[in-house]
Amino acid sequence: MTRLNGAQALVKSLEAEGVEVVFGYPGGAILPVYDPIIESPIRHVLVRHEQGAGHMAEGYAHATGRPGVCIVTSGPAATNVVTPLADAMLDSVPMVCITGQVALAAIGTDAFQECDTTGITRSITKHNFLVTSAEDIPATVKAAFHIATSGRPGPVLIDIPKNIVDANNPDAYFDYDYDSAHMDLPGYAPTIEPDPAMIERAVALITEANRPVLYVGGGVLKARGAEALLDLVELTGIPVVTTLMARGVFPDSHELCLGMPGMHGNYTAVNAMQKSDLLIALGSRFDDRITGKIGAFAPDAKVIHVDIDPAEHGKVRRPDVAIAADCRLAIEALSQWLRANGYPSNRPDLNPWRSRLSGWQETFPLTYEPSVDGELLKPQFVIERLRDLSPEDTIVTSGVGQHQMFASQYWEFNHPYTWINSGGLGTMGFSIPAAVGAKTAFPDRTVWSIDGDGCFQMTGQELVTAAIEGIPIKVALINNAYLGMVRQWQDMFYDERLSGVHLSHDLPDYVKWAEAMGCAAFRAESPEEVDAVIAKANAINDRPVVVEFRCVSSEKVYPMVPAGGSNDDLIVDPSQRDALARQIESTRS
Amino acid sequence: MTRPGDLSHHTLSVLVENKAGVLARVADLFARRGYNIVSLAVAPTSDERFSRITIVVDVESAPLEQIVKQLFKLVNVVEIQELSPDASVERELMIATVHSAHERSQILELVDIFEAKILAVSQHRLTVSLEGRPDKIDDFEVLLRDHGIDDVQRTGRIALPKIGRQPKSIRTG
Repeated sequence: MTRLNGAQALVKSLEAEGVEVVFGYPGGAILPVYDPIIESPIRHVLVRHEQGAGHMAEGYAHATGRPGVCIVTSGPAATNVVTPLADAMLDSVPMVCITGQVALAAIGTDAFQECDTTGITRSITKHNFLVTSAEDIPATVKAAFHIATSGRPGPVLIDIPKNIVDANNPDAYFDYDYDSAHMDLPGYAPTIEPDPAMIERAVALITEANRPVLYVGGGVLKARGAEALLDLVELTGIPVVTTLMARGVFPDSHELCLGMPGMHGNYTAVNAMQKSDLLIALGSRFDDRITGKIGAFAPDAKVIHVDIDPAEHGKVRRPDVAIAADCRLAIEALSQWLRANGYPSNRPDLNPWRSRLSGWQETFPLTYEPSVDGELLKPQFVIERLRDLSPEDTIVTSGVGQHQMFASQYWEFNHPYTWINSGGLGTMGFSIPAAVGAKTAFPDRTVWSIDGDGCFQMTGQELVTAAIEGIPIKVALINNAYLGMVRQWQDMFYDERLSGVHLSHDLPDYVKWAEAMGCAAFRAESPEEVDAVIAKANAINDRPVVVEFRCVSSEKVYPMVPAGGSNDDLIVDPSQRDALARQIESTRS
Repeated sequence: MTRPGDLSHHTLSVLVENKAGVLARVADLFARRGYNIVSLAVAPTSDERFSRITIVVDVESAPLEQIVKQLFKLVNVVEIQELSPDASVERELMIATVHSAHERSQILELVDIFEAKILAVSQHRLTVSLEGRPDKIDDFEVLLRDHGIDDVQRTGRIALPKIGRQPKSIRTG
């Protein structure tokens, strides 16, 4: 037991939780906490904007599975982390955010840099705390990490009034003992173990299904369930779709991997779900970007829904069997029961279903028209070359928009935790700070941030953080001079009436800007230049690199399910539309 | 007029930690997810660590199961009981100020029939109170309206399970 003040106790508590890095930005109310950080072994990464701190913490958490931590001050700093908190909430990212607050006596007086942080963040955190005495700090930190990482993970915020961490306040001192700090959480006990009765019912559905699909979401990554999933797939021979949040949890190179479903999913993944008679949803939540028009989604499918959050069961689609449990434990239980039922030797014959799927894969692969002479680059081509020229264990982050969809479609993800993006909230500007967070956790691995020109201009300043802190990420900037995805919608659904979507190929000058931020910077405009700049970028490890790929402006992400439309109305690449028309004709006759 | 006695309404008895901001969390959840609250009553329990919130919810705005599950995700919510009218005792209190210039005797007759109380009297108005089952209060309020109500305040219902009846309950561990 040691006599510490609140600030020292906070930093010691973070150390006790195994925190190795915090992403932060100091200011008035959090000043006392910054003092003991000097003596702490915890690394502090000074960001350039608090939103960057939040996304870095998320990137770190996505890459490692450990909670990301950010520390900011009160008022505007707290409101600047609102976006990352909401992002982490929607994508179930374990994160602990510490905000400074004005002194307890000043709360409610509209003091300088005061805002109602716990009120503002209530609906975008899994839980939040306003600590009112220094001696509550250890138990609160313990509870915050427990809540952030258990059950369905999520962001937890701790708001700390300045006076309880103030070294000059005698009341801020107490006898610190982390081990004996007691979490008082009488209302929190997430269900982890699957109910055997439900597993038995799920197994019965699996053994009867002719057209089953494993609909795998980010929950399997959160549960560290990739190995268990591979075992289940090999045992059952059931094909797999991996959602935007789950790319990499099952290898794209596996013959049973159908890739990404949803609004920009490939034809086979979308239609496998539509025509399925059994969807086995594992840690996925029937998001509108997956289901399209819900009434028309997978009309013949029974549903087994495994999710650690029971509120997901029946929120969108009523399951036939609901399993509220940790995905890894549930998958292992399913495999165990299937083996007891004679799998794999007497499993049902899924060959007719699989040959139908491979027929679709052959007719409707992802495709695009290569650039013609003199044309700028195609973003799909850039991503294919990056994929082929980068190390196998490369971590890829992305922002939000066309480049994100192209990255998810064209990268081959064969390892879990190599794809980090903002799925639920769709936060532009996520890519660069998330890459910094991931690279901080894995300094020896290549981290490519695939970014758009719109996104880059939102959070590009964090490249200064990367350069100064020695976190050499690489940015592939897909510069198409437009807010590409918005433009795509205006092209397709607003009669090509473009409104508020033009940026510029030339302004800012991204190469000069990147160099000014301490990065190496290159530009490529034609296909012949692409491999050389990627090779140069991959060879640089002493500072961040930005490669600007000048891309055509009018490229569209296909396939596409129009917003609000049914998945049956999937729009395929123009080159495949005749084949699709013939296919629809043949199923009618 | 929708009233707590309607079939589309359900009563939830929610045991929460007695901490600052817990009511705001519950109210926020209902606002954020578009669930309608018909009435709400909060008070401490015999155990000072906990408070009980009795919420009458409109199950037409969302399925009751979703409301209960989302509510239970709040870290400060310890237990939720679903109280059906036949398995619980329910009470509500109403205070109303009524015009009584011309029909005072009729109002007094109603007060007598319903076993209500008179709290205040002036030359032209009466303030009455009635405690009872929510449907009884509905009836009383409707009859008073014919005379002209100046002001009315109801507490919202409070409820406990009937002795010996086990309500459907969700709780931790």
